[in-house]
Amino acid sequence: MQPPITQLEGSDSNQFRRGLKLISRSLKLRPFSHAIAITGACLFSIAAVVLTRVLGYATDDVIIPNLDNNSLDKRDLWLAFTLIIAVGLARGLGAFLRRYFLAGARYGTELYWRRQLFNQYLDLPMSFHRKKSPGELLAHADNDMMIASLALMPLAFTIGTFFLTIVALVNLFLIHPAIALIALVLFPLLAAMNKSYSQRVVAPASSVQEAVGNTSSLVHESFDGILVVKSLGRGDQEVERLRESAEKIRKHRISVGRLRAIFEPAIYALPNLGVIALLMIGTWLIDKGSLTIGELVSAIALFGILAFPVRIAGIFFEELPRSVVALDRIDEVLNLESSQHQHQGTKAISSEPSTLRIENVEARYDDQLILNNISFSVESGEVVALVGPTGVGKSTIADLVGSLQQPTSGNIYLSNTLLNDIKPSDRTKTLTIAFQESFLFADTVKENILLGRQFTDRELQEAIEIAQANDFISHLPDGLDTQLGERGVTLSGGQRQRVTLARALIGNPQIIFLDDSTSSVDPVIEKRILDGLRTRKNISLVIVAHRLSTIKLADRVIFLNNGVIEGTGSHQELMRLEAYASLAKAYEKAGVDS
Amino acid sequence: MSQSRHSRRNTRGEISFQKSEAASLSEGENEEKTGALVVLRRGLQVSPELRTGAGLTVLMALIVASGSLAIPVLIQQILDQGLRGEDGLRSNFIYISCAIAFFIVSFVIFAQRATYNRLVRVAETTILELRVRVFRHLHRLSLADHQESRKGILTARVTSDIETLSQFAQWGAIAWIVDSVIIVGTLTVMAIYSWQLTLVVIAIYLPIIPILKAIQQQQFLKYREVREAVSETLGQASEAVTAAPVIRSYGYQSSIRSKLEMANQNQYRRQIKAHKFFALLAPVMDTFSALSIAGVIVAGSYLGPDMGLTSGEMIAFVFLTTILIAPIWELGEVLDQTQTALAGWWKILSVLDVPIEVHEPESGEKLRPGAVEIEASNINFRYRTGSQILSDVSIRIPAGTNVAVVGETGSGKTTFVKLLARIADPTNGQITINGVPIHEIDAESRHTSIQMVPQDGFLFDQTIRENVAFGKPDASKEEIQTAFQSLGLTDWLNKLPEGMDTQTGSRGERISVGERQLVALARAQLANPGLLILDEATSAVDPETEVALVSALERLSQGRTTISVAHRLSTAEKADLIIVFDQGKIVETGTHQELSTQNGIYADLHNTWMGNTQTI
Ligand SMILES: Nc1ncnc2c1ncn2[C@@H]1O[C@H](COP(=O)(O)OP(=O)(O)O)[C@@H](O)[C@H]1O
Ligand SMILES: Nc1ncnc2c1ncn2[C@@H]1O[C@H](COP(=O)(O)OP(=O)(O)O)[C@@H](O)[C@H]1O
Ligand SMILES: [Mg+2]
Ligand SMILES: [Mg+2]
Repeated sequence: MQPPITQLEGSDSNQFRRGLKLISRSLKLRPFSHAIAITGACLFSIAAVVLTRVLGYATDDVIIPNLDNNSLDKRDLWLAFTLIIAVGLARGLGAFLRRYFLAGARYGTELYWRRQLFNQYLDLPMSFHRKKSPGELLAHADNDMMIASLALMPLAFTIGTFFLTIVALVNLFLIHPAIALIALVLFPLLAAMNKSYSQRVVAPASSVQEAVGNTSSLVHESFDGILVVKSLGRGDQEVERLRESAEKIRKHRISVGRLRAIFEPAIYALPNLGVIALLMIGTWLIDKGSLTIGELVSAIALFGILAFPVRIAGIFFEELPRSVVALDRIDEVLNLESSQHQHQGTKAISSEPSTLRIENVEARYDDQLILNNISFSVESGEVVALVGPTGVGKSTIADLVGSLQQPTSGNIYLSNTLLNDIKPSDRTKTLTIAFQESFLFADTVKENILLGRQFTDRELQEAIEIAQANDFISHLPDGLDTQLGERGVTLSGGQRQRVTLARALIGNPQIIFLDDSTSSVDPVIEKRILDGLRTRKNISLVIVAHRLSTIKLADRVIFLNNGVIEGTGSHQELMRLEAYASLAKAYEKAGVDS
Repeated sequence: MSQSRHSRRNTRGEISFQKSEAASLSEGENEEKTGALVVLRRGLQVSPELRTGAGLTVLMALIVASGSLAIPVLIQQILDQGLRGEDGLRSNFIYISCAIAFFIVSFVIFAQRATYNRLVRVAETTILELRVRVFRHLHRLSLADHQESRKGILTARVTSDIETLSQFAQWGAIAWIVDSVIIVGTLTVMAIYSWQLTLVVIAIYLPIIPILKAIQQQQFLKYREVREAVSETLGQASEAVTAAPVIRSYGYQSSIRSKLEMANQNQYRRQIKAHKFFALLAPVMDTFSALSIAGVIVAGSYLGPDMGLTSGEMIAFVFLTTILIAPIWELGEVLDQTQTALAGWWKILSVLDVPIEVHEPESGEKLRPGAVEIEASNINFRYRTGSQILSDVSIRIPAGTNVAVVGETGSGKTTFVKLLARIADPTNGQITINGVPIHEIDAESRHTSIQMVPQDGFLFDQTIRENVAFGKPDASKEEIQTAFQSLGLTDWLNKLPEGMDTQTGSRGERISVGERQLVALARAQLANPGLLILDEATSAVDPETEVALVSALERLSQGRTTISVAHRLSTAEKADLIIVFDQGKIVETGTHQELSTQNGIYADLHNTWMGNTQTI
């Protein structure tokens, strides 16, 4: 489902430039956190190098005079003691600042990006959601976000490492140029190995990430469709599917592990080999009198602290391209911002009785023509039935009038105002839609009906009664305050449908669009619902209906077939159309046949 | 220099903080109380693979540890023997000992490589098997188990919890093995140089144990809160995404936006709080490492001369002290990861302890092909949380009958047919198929003989063809075409842009609701079952198509028992047997003829339906 992360296109330098852009975006968002973290990292570097010097000093002025010549100067001893503690504390402080403020920088950046992402999810037109699967959108907020901000973590340390390298080299030069020479051989070697490791590990590491993502969506879907899996007895096959997918994770993790096994021990051993060289040259220099033992000790100690920071820097360069790609995926959503405001109307419409007019509307999914030149209108107080075969585009009309989809041509007017020009809050107040699929939130029954809107208890009660939901709601453990499960799973299909019906009826919408909203309800209750709707004066109803009872309720029937309106008129008038008659009389005919 | 090889295996911990932050809401109630050993024992029992070659692993860890000890010993030897021998610089001695050290260090590279490879392979293989086992177990759990827990939690058991384990295997577990060997090895060499100074070092380090423990506990709690917060954010986001149409058409954005903002903020705050403890580890560790080095120098200065300690030994001892710091530091950092992993492991293992309610028999009876006979006697059913849904339901359905189940919404129709498909077992009472109790029938055979088309046609995010073939993966293209054809759906299929290869989108959202039901029907037809259960399977389909489907199914019903739940009573009119449910009981049974003359619920439903249906 997710586009593979492995596609790290573009040249190295281009990648790096985009990496810098990512970093600068975070720097702008959290300048202080980053600044303090970087300061901390540099403090850490200085303290680490200074500590090696202090050890050299302790060797020359405390250990050797004391053990070899039996002359201990207490002042020197306690000075060394104090210095070690002080420098150690400074180093700890540096690490603390780096770690703590990095968290602020990273998670603060995530907070901001995630907020923007969520705003997009809520504000972008429905067509956006139609193109993306929910899993993909969630991955942006979860996994992609984590990876996008991952490169921020070693950022400060990496800057600190550059700093450390310079300080260390200068320090070694001050000790003895020959020793600096060893470092000058060692550093590039270390860097080269690191680079080679990083380059090789990027691909399998991305594959791991990808395999983990795929497995995750597989598991999710498999549990989502558990009823189908169980009723068809496909459990074992699902297990096989998982095994295949998880096997990929294993395979790629082992590849990563193999690379790690090749490089990491070598990278960490390299300074040790340097130390051996140091000892050979160092002893020779000491013998000649141009180096003290303390200086040698200090150099050895310095070599010992090299590998780790260099490795962190390597990881930074490893993570950066992956972060860039992840952020690209997020940006794809964030950059859609401009197109969104076009659909945000501002006009108010009166709360007078409203009309709905659809003019020459054409609708497509991708390139597939679904509705072709559709025109009809619904007057105030009128009841219109939309009739047509499965898949003709009835629900698509619901989407169009709900502004969830834009017609590819033609216009839709609500109270003589272009739908797109109307203030969204006015539109949703005037026109409500009970969707064919009843989606319930994992919230209380009451909140599922209100959806954040303000209504009186009386209005709530009235809506529940018309929707014939009072009976079963009162049998729920906490009545209206009963907490529903995800998607309302603990209710039966017809119960869910009635909650969504009440949601559409509550308050005083002028036009209600009912998309097959009673399909799971038994005939007796359906009749009561329809009777109840009839008592409401002055509201217009557009009803997508398969049952004649509903159709007969309508003042006018619109018959859709093959993407066009094949007829409009009363039920009787339409019966002259052959296609309509065979649809409407299907049940009767079936009865006769048998 | 104390950090000489600090956290060498945990570099990623420094930068990415690989806490598994993914969804997992019901953090186990008793996870803290479960001791590491208990988890380990149970874990080894479940995954015996882990034991293979444990001895070899320890041996290799020993070799690795010896590598890090070679350098200080070399320093001591060279300083004491090479540099200041009897006659000044002993070049040969220096060259030889350097060569030996070089050999050891190089050899260790390879030993370490082999160790990593082994550990990763064993761990990943174990984890793969564990993942598959847990997934299989979860699939065998009852539908109620699935509906009562949030999907995210079940998913987490097979995904993020397992990932936690895998990350632990890559860093924490290796650290535990190698570091403990290094610590023991280093202390041993130190004690050879001077046991007195070794005691000093140990004394200095002792207080770190309670401090680390306290920090670790806080970290564990805080990270659990982080995971909860993350899962809350994702849960909210998931609704914001899946309910996009509802949110837009009801202007629900602002409520959802503030909920999301709250969750997002909360997640941020928790992350920062938790990270504070991670940050705190650094100064704690650095303080102890500085103290230990400084302490060794002071103690060595006072005690050394009397003990006859050489300066080379003393310097080597200082280096050993710094080497000791690295594994202690690293263990301090992986402690929290360890506890998280153990808790995750325990949660995973506990899933395996959830009893499977619907047990499939070892060698069950096979059902013969063809129509089946069903008998339900005195069945009762309640969902775990609620009241009795079915009470005392008894019915005999002869083979080959065409049964209609009708009744009010919520009267238990769906629940009843689920029991017939053995998606759950009745609380009491018994169901027999062809005279055999349903729980004694071979699962495979039952699945081929009994097919249920559930109320909402759930489709997987695949093509129509793959969705239809879901129940029978080896079906050929022709078979699938035939399934559509026999249902009279070929025309519909051909109208789709890509025919059978049309992608249905997640949950089937890229085709219309009615069309999803058509696909679900074809899926069941492909299996050609002896019992076909249709639970409002055509509720969203237009009447003409529905009637065509029903008569097609009738034609196909040779050698088949069909049970349909439907609100459109045209199905009932033609049924051989009508079963009427009311409040979980069967209140009427009979044919249309018999029932429509009684003044019961069916007559009432049917009259309403007729009134609704007849053209004026
Ligand atoms: N998101 C989508 N992407 C592509 N095609 C779609 C999508 N939603 C619906 N369709 C197609 O558009 C047609 C009309 O669908 P719909 O309006 O739901 O029909 P109905 O009249 O049954 O409500 C169907 O052929 C369906 O396959
Ligand atoms: N998973 C569940 N947990 C608790 N109660 C449930 C669950 N599923 C259904 N119910 C309840 O069981 C009753 C019967 O549901 P169901 O069999 O789906 O009815 P029908 O199919 O006749 O409409 C309803 O009151 C419903 O609320
Ligand atoms: Mg529809
Ligand atoms: Mg039902």
